[in-house]
Amino acid sequence: MTLDPNSVYAKITSELPGGDKLRTCLQCGMCGGSCPSGEDMDHTPRKLFAMIAAGQDREVLRSNTFWYCVSCYLCTVRCPQEIPITDIMYHLKHQAIEKGLYTTDAVDFSQTFVGLVENYGRAFEFGLATQFYLTHHPLGGLKMGPMALAMMSRGRLNLRPTRIKAIRQLKNILNRAKEIGAGS
Amino acid sequence: MKYAYYPGCSSESSASAYDVTSRTVASALGLEMEEIKDWNCCGATEYFSIDHLPAYSLIARNLALIDPQETPQVVAPCSACYVNLKKTDENMAKYGQLNADVNEALAAGNLSYVPGTVKTRHLLDVIVNDVDPDVMASKVVKPLTGLTLVPYYGCYIGRPEGSFDDVENPQTMDRLLEGLGATVPDYSLKSSCCGGHMTQIGTDVAMGILRRLIDLADRLGADAMVVPCPMCQLNLDVYQSYVNKAFGASYKMPIVYFTQMMGLAFGMDPAELRFEEGVVPVKSMLEKWRTPVSSTKKRKVRDKKALPMPQALPD
Repeated sequence: MTLDPNSVYAKITSELPGGDKLRTCLQCGMCGGSCPSGEDMDHTPRKLFAMIAAGQDREVLRSNTFWYCVSCYLCTVRCPQEIPITDIMYHLKHQAIEKGLYTTDAVDFSQTFVGLVENYGRAFEFGLATQFYLTHHPLGGLKMGPMALAMMSRGRLNLRPTRIKAIRQLKNILNRAKEIGAGS
Repeated sequence: MKYAYYPGCSSESSASAYDVTSRTVASALGLEMEEIKDWNCCGATEYFSIDHLPAYSLIARNLALIDPQETPQVVAPCSACYVNLKKTDENMAKYGQLNADVNEALAAGNLSYVPGTVKTRHLLDVIVNDVDPDVMASKVVKPLTGLTLVPYYGCYIGRPEGSFDDVENPQTMDRLLEGLGATVPDYSLKSSCCGGHMTQIGTDVAMGILRRLIDLADRLGADAMVVPCPMCQLNLDVYQSYVNKAFGASYKMPIVYFTQMMGLAFGMDPAELRFEEGVVPVKSMLEKWRTPVSSTKKRKVRDKKALPMPQALPD
């Protein structure tokens, strides 16, 4: 059987460093059983890997599983086959974004965060919170108001971003990385 | 030895207390740490979701800015920064294609990095494993005797692939806090996740995770939870009132950095240790610490006659 090079399975095993280990999944379920947010997922990682192997790409990329991943690496350290599961979850987010098949705010949160980092070279918590909530959750933002005030009054929220000096250099590096990534 | 220091973005805002006390404590222990000039963000857990190659390249720029002859090790106090720097270095060493791609990207900024030349260390690791125990002991002038402190490591100490502590049952901070004189209960959730960015994007998931962590610490009689990570501190401290609201609870668990507690034990002025930056007040913990453990308070001994036990007859 030849594998469609655009399939989720092929992309993980060819594009992601260490992703080829997915081939060795035993379906033991240690990952799902260890996951702190597993109960909120449509499918546990184990089941998702079976679906990936079965070529159910659309269902895979539309599932909420990887969006609920908290990146704690517990599955990764427990996996008897040493599959980099957390990295695979990151890569599935990447693929879902690429194909426009997501139904979540998480991607907007990530994109807002990354956009600020690309512009300033540093994360900007206040900018992230205001941009994210005002754009996506004006009402949710209100709920977060007391928290923001509590942090501000304790000097824990900078209202201005810090820009690194060599921001041009950083942008050149990131742009080149994106070109290389797109070409591979 | 001199270390390169990577403060991480939270040092500039939400976790400035951690940054300030990390520097103070390190200098008290004679650890020389030089901040990387013009360092950039590590991308946290967000950039990898968008695209892994720019994410690795972003992180690698920091490693490339370090002169390995001068400082062959970089210290990160933030666990998320630590895990990202370490993972980038290790994966670049492991995967040739990744190394080539990242270096090609770095070249666009006239930089390069040879994997393996700069070792990433967590501040907790350096403090516990590099400092002479006798030096450490000599600094403890106001021990934390009488305080029950729960060590909460969060998920990144020892992950993703082993390092200075066990991946499931880390001990470094237990030993440190015991050395400072505190009582340290066995906290079985010590390396469970705090929910990370879930407080922002999936509040309901985060609330359940946080409640479990605080509740166990509370039941163990903790005066505070001690953390080595700004994300854990933020979630447990700043969102604690939201957890209380969501579950009708009334937790008042102070969430402090291990460096703040070291400063206390080293006799530094609590006002300089930035405890007031915590949203949950630390006042009662500090008061308890100031009150000497009274050895005069005698343990109540029950009247033997009151016990429903058989008693030996007098000879």
